[in-house]
Amino acid sequence: MKSAVITFPGSNCDRDMDVALKKFGFKNKMVWHQDIELPKSDLVVLPGGFSYGDYLRCGSMASKSKIMQSVINFANSGGMVMGICNGFQILVETGLVPGVLLRNKYLEFICKNVFVKINNKNNGYFKNISNEVLELHIAHNEGNYFCTNDQLKEIEDNTQVAINYCDPEGKIEEPFNPNGSIKNIAGIFNKEKNVLGMMPHPERMIDHSLSGEDGSHFFKNLINNLK
Amino acid sequence: MKISVIITLKKDVLDPQGKVIHQALDGMGFDDVNEVRQGKYFEIDTKETDPKKAKNKVEEMCKKLLANLVIENYKIIDA
Repeated sequence: MKSAVITFPGSNCDRDMDVALKKFGFKNKMVWHQDIELPKSDLVVLPGGFSYGDYLRCGSMASKSKIMQSVINFANSGGMVMGICNGFQILVETGLVPGVLLRNKYLEFICKNVFVKINNKNNGYFKNISNEVLELHIAHNEGNYFCTNDQLKEIEDNTQVAINYCDPEGKIEEPFNPNGSIKNIAGIFNKEKNVLGMMPHPERMIDHSLSGEDGSHFFKNLINNLK
Repeated sequence: MKISVIITLKKDVLDPQGKVIHQALDGMGFDDVNEVRQGKYFEIDTKETDPKKAKNKVEEMCKKLLANLVIENYKIIDA
């Protein structure tokens, strides 16, 4: 399986993502934001970081990068595109997934492990995964998911919520919401479920001795789904 | 010609920065403030000399980049 990770000026999780993808069997290529064409890929990843120094709005400048037209075309033709953290912010700015990510409710940069409940397994990302809850890492200043009431209704009607912040048992309640996101939303899909944006970093949870293994479950399952 | 744009957060969107500024003002003794909402201001110097055309172009810039219409409104001034 082939993957591509886009590096923007200010991306800083691109290498981690490269390591994670390769560890679980992807043949990964790094792609510079000024390239025009994507290499042939089964999965395209927009990594975390601070693209363009978070100028204007997080992800807004990167969403207008040269490579993004190819990424948008790839997504619109059914290709799997995953945006993590800043990559999620870039995805909302392109309009590939609905909503926006605002400043965290309590104005803190949050860097910690959280639990997320998988809300929808009927897609290429979470199909066949045995876990209901994953422990993943978040590190962001703007992860407060917001959308209009009309958008929220549409998102829920189309089962586009991918994961919600929860407790270790999977209880989705306000005390486990780190950043003020509507309905504890931590990740969402586009309507067709081939595009996934999420704030947590699965690539940071792929080594038992460093962190945890829940990211490993995610990537192992992902590559099996793509085969 | 120069055109200015003011971007503001829509009414129902939480503005934590505005809230903190409000609290700071309150602490400084400006205790009659009802609310503070933080926004953005842009000055765009364009080669276009026709005010109507210039305004239309800036409006396009607002829609495509300067504002995110899910959460923000824009207002073009000095056109």
